[in-house]
Amino acid sequence: MPETVFRTEGVTKVYQTGVVKVFALDGVDLELFAGELTVLLGPSGSGKSTLLNILGGLDHATEGRVWFRDTELTHMSDRGLTQYRRDHVGFVFQFYNLVPSLTARENVQLVTDVSPDPMPAEQALSLVGLGERMDHFPSEMSGGEQQRVAIARAIAKRPEILLCDEPTGALDSTTGVQVLEVLKDINERFGTTTVIITHNADIQRMAHRVIQFQDGKISDVKINETQLAPSEIVW
Amino acid sequence: MPALDRKFLRDFIHLWKQALAIALVLACGVAILLTGMGMYKALSDTRSTYYERNRFADVFSAVRRAPDRLIAELAAIEGVWAVETRTVGETVLDLPGVAVSVTGRILSLPSDGPPLLNVPILKSGRYPDPESTSEVLVNANFAIANGFRPGDSFYANLNGQKRELTITGTVQSPEFIYTIGPGAIMPNNATFGIIWMPERAVDAAFDMAGAFNDVTLQVTAGAQTANVIDAVDRLLDPYGGLGAYGRALHPSDGFIDAEINQLRIMASILPPIFFGISAFLVSMVMGRIIALQRSQIGLLKAVGYSNLEICLHYLMLAAMIAVLGVAIGWLVGSWLARELALEYALYFDFPFLIFTMSPWVYAASGLAALVTTSLGATQAVIKSARLAPAIAMQPPAPAQFKRSVIDRAMVAMRLSQPTIMILRSLLRWPVRSALTILGLALAVSTVVAPSFFNDALDKIVDSAFYDTNRQDAMLVLSHDMPLGVVDTAADLPAVLQAEGQQFHSVILRNGFHEKRTMIEARQPDTDLSRVIGMDGQQINAPPGGVVLSRRLAADLHVGVGDSVTAKFLGGRQESHELRVTGIIEQYFGLGAFMDLDDVNVLLRQSTRVSVVNVSLDDSQVPQMHAALKDIPNLVGVVMMTDSRRSFSETIEQTIGLMNTVYLVIALLITIGVTYNGARILLSERARELASLRILGFTRAEVSYILIGETMLLALLAQPLGWLIGAQIATAMATGFSSDLYNMPVVLRPAIFAKASLVVLLASFGSVMLVRRRLDRQDLVSVMKVRE
Repeated sequence: MPETVFRTEGVTKVYQTGVVKVFALDGVDLELFAGELTVLLGPSGSGKSTLLNILGGLDHATEGRVWFRDTELTHMSDRGLTQYRRDHVGFVFQFYNLVPSLTARENVQLVTDVSPDPMPAEQALSLVGLGERMDHFPSEMSGGEQQRVAIARAIAKRPEILLCDEPTGALDSTTGVQVLEVLKDINERFGTTTVIITHNADIQRMAHRVIQFQDGKISDVKINETQLAPSEIVW
Repeated sequence: MPALDRKFLRDFIHLWKQALAIALVLACGVAILLTGMGMYKALSDTRSTYYERNRFADVFSAVRRAPDRLIAELAAIEGVWAVETRTVGETVLDLPGVAVSVTGRILSLPSDGPPLLNVPILKSGRYPDPESTSEVLVNANFAIANGFRPGDSFYANLNGQKRELTITGTVQSPEFIYTIGPGAIMPNNATFGIIWMPERAVDAAFDMAGAFNDVTLQVTAGAQTANVIDAVDRLLDPYGGLGAYGRALHPSDGFIDAEINQLRIMASILPPIFFGISAFLVSMVMGRIIALQRSQIGLLKAVGYSNLEICLHYLMLAAMIAVLGVAIGWLVGSWLARELALEYALYFDFPFLIFTMSPWVYAASGLAALVTTSLGATQAVIKSARLAPAIAMQPPAPAQFKRSVIDRAMVAMRLSQPTIMILRSLLRWPVRSALTILGLALAVSTVVAPSFFNDALDKIVDSAFYDTNRQDAMLVLSHDMPLGVVDTAADLPAVLQAEGQQFHSVILRNGFHEKRTMIEARQPDTDLSRVIGMDGQQINAPPGGVVLSRRLAADLHVGVGDSVTAKFLGGRQESHELRVTGIIEQYFGLGAFMDLDDVNVLLRQSTRVSVVNVSLDDSQVPQMHAALKDIPNLVGVVMMTDSRRSFSETIEQTIGLMNTVYLVIALLITIGVTYNGARILLSERARELASLRILGFTRAEVSYILIGETMLLALLAQPLGWLIGAQIATAMATGFSSDLYNMPVVLRPAIFAKASLVVLLASFGSVMLVRRRLDRQDLVSVMKVRE
């Protein structure tokens, strides 16, 4: 039985806008296991990103409890969450979120500067196939390249978990596949627990487990006995 | 270098134009603080060192004639460290080749060497032989103005006897840094000189053997000067003492003190304005940077940077602007302080300049700049810390606009959509709009405030020379003489009309308030020298009454109907009760005016005059000067046209420079505020304006929104700027006024118009620079950028 990395109990997130209460998450119970590649699938507004933010220590749940291994994140202070993110979590975002005034290498160094046991920025960039483009600024790179820099930045700290929010959302399919290949490679090579959010149903076939979201709740969990290589995925 | 620091450096380089615009405003504040404080310190240090080295006296008194045996009693006064008595006489000089009348003050030199107090510095030549009756020293400025060198000679009318005097040397004296002749209002080195002559010769000429008519004293450290003054007065009173006074009332030191004080005022009024504006600009720019870098802040938080690290990162950006501003300010300020201190040292005739910028001035100005910019950045930086990472990475929610009464009004007025956009934006950020208006208003006020000097000067000249003192010349007599002297003066060549006037040294008292001044007594309804009331009409003091200048009345805390006690000095030292019958506005000195006959009745003497005012036939003035050189008992001739010219010239020089400096400052503030404001507006509205372009708006229509908002704020700033400017002008006038002269605040509409024109043009120029960026905008890429 693989080790449980994340566990949630009845996690609820309510956004109050004016008089309207929106349930972004409505009582989610979930377990994520070490080394697993999980895809969170669902339409926009189904609560995937909210869950990812809570797991990544970017946000607090309104109700319910969240554990990372034996540590409870539910009521952790801002300072505690910052330390948690710094030590354990790597993020990849849909819009890459690179700092435009820093080169690829420097964007990665932004993370290696504050991590306890990082790999060299150059190594991280080589891992995502950007060994030759390290001194380019974001504005000099294609979307796929920028996203790979973002992945390099996320993995450079050797995180135990990699949380990816629509990593291919802004990319065409060829570039998207390249990015997915990098993610798959990282997951296999380092055994990094990886969570990928997408509303692209085709991507689910590369995951160990697929969790389907609907209206803030888990509607379905599916285990893939065999996984496709990203190159076999077309959309 | 950590990647975050590299980001900081690149952000700063990217921002350099905006950073520089702010840094320049900040640099102005730092430079003015440094210049003002630096010059203030340099001039006060130089003055006190000069005074100390040359033993400038602390207490001074003139007396009719006191016996030498009083010297021991004066020295025995508690707190007196040194006493020196001398003979002082006024004289008319006859300089070779000089047509106009020149006057001099003769001071006796001790027979046993240089004076003990007020020691002159020999600039050239040697001291006169103590036994000589014709060798003299003259003040260096008088020698320079008249082209004299040691060995040259001139004639002097010594108590009715014309004698040739030979210059053996030229000197500078701490007592005569600022020399002003009898009856004159401005220094004129060409027509008034100080002459040091051996004691024996002076005593013989002025019949002062075994006696003295002037005493100077130095007090011991910690002694109460006021007590010494009282004791000196008690001793000299029976001998016709004219009232002892301290350095504060010394004509030379009083003038320098007023000037040095003005520097201190300049150093305290302006810098806070600049620091305030810089803080506002920093807050505006930092606020925008943090809005623009919202997702980057989210990312930094997501990857584990703490709030403190992020706060410091942005605070450093503000601090860097401060560092740049302080560096420029320090450089310019140090240079300017030194140059101006040298200028002033020359102007004041200091023999040397002690210029040390104390480290604390640098530290204080640097710290003030750093603190104000950090304060400006605080709000934005705290916002960055408060930004929750999950929310920071989402695009910001659209700014909230609410419909209000104003919106309905705008719709009712059928304003165009772009105009509504402008107005709504102003109302949406009221604090920012208000602060921009305040910033520009301060720029307007910087032009308005110092401009009042020009018109104040005109008003002073009008009042002092055209309304009140209409005489062409004043003939100053060596002592009060019977009224018949007026008729004698009327017979002089060129004289068309002659009127007598009496001056009397007095101490005016009301309870514990007291002021030493001169009473001017004249006959009713004189034509030449007049007293003009607040209503512009000539007023006469009735018997038993006195008319006071407003400043003097305020100092004495009296109004019309109150009474003051006047102690008439120099004679029987009698005190008389006088009723204040009028208060007038006067710009020179502390005037007190009485009826001529009334004064003489009070003093139980026949009517006498100290000055004869004359109007002249210009064509015969040279003949008059020639005649005056041979008249005994005449000690001074004040040509009013010369006085007027030298007054106007002296002041206009300073004002011209000052107005230019303030104009540059106003431009820097305007550019700093409008350029930054417009850049931020453009950055906030880039997508909006690009959308309008895509919808078919022309470049001009789109830039109307940008320019319109900025110029509307600039327009709204004008009335406030006028108001603040008038307030600052009043504060400056009060600060610059002293017992020597009184600054009126005169603000003509043209001044306001000029200030507004400067600021509106500079605003327009700055916003047009930003408009060029708008024109160059690539519509497609702007629309693609995710906010």
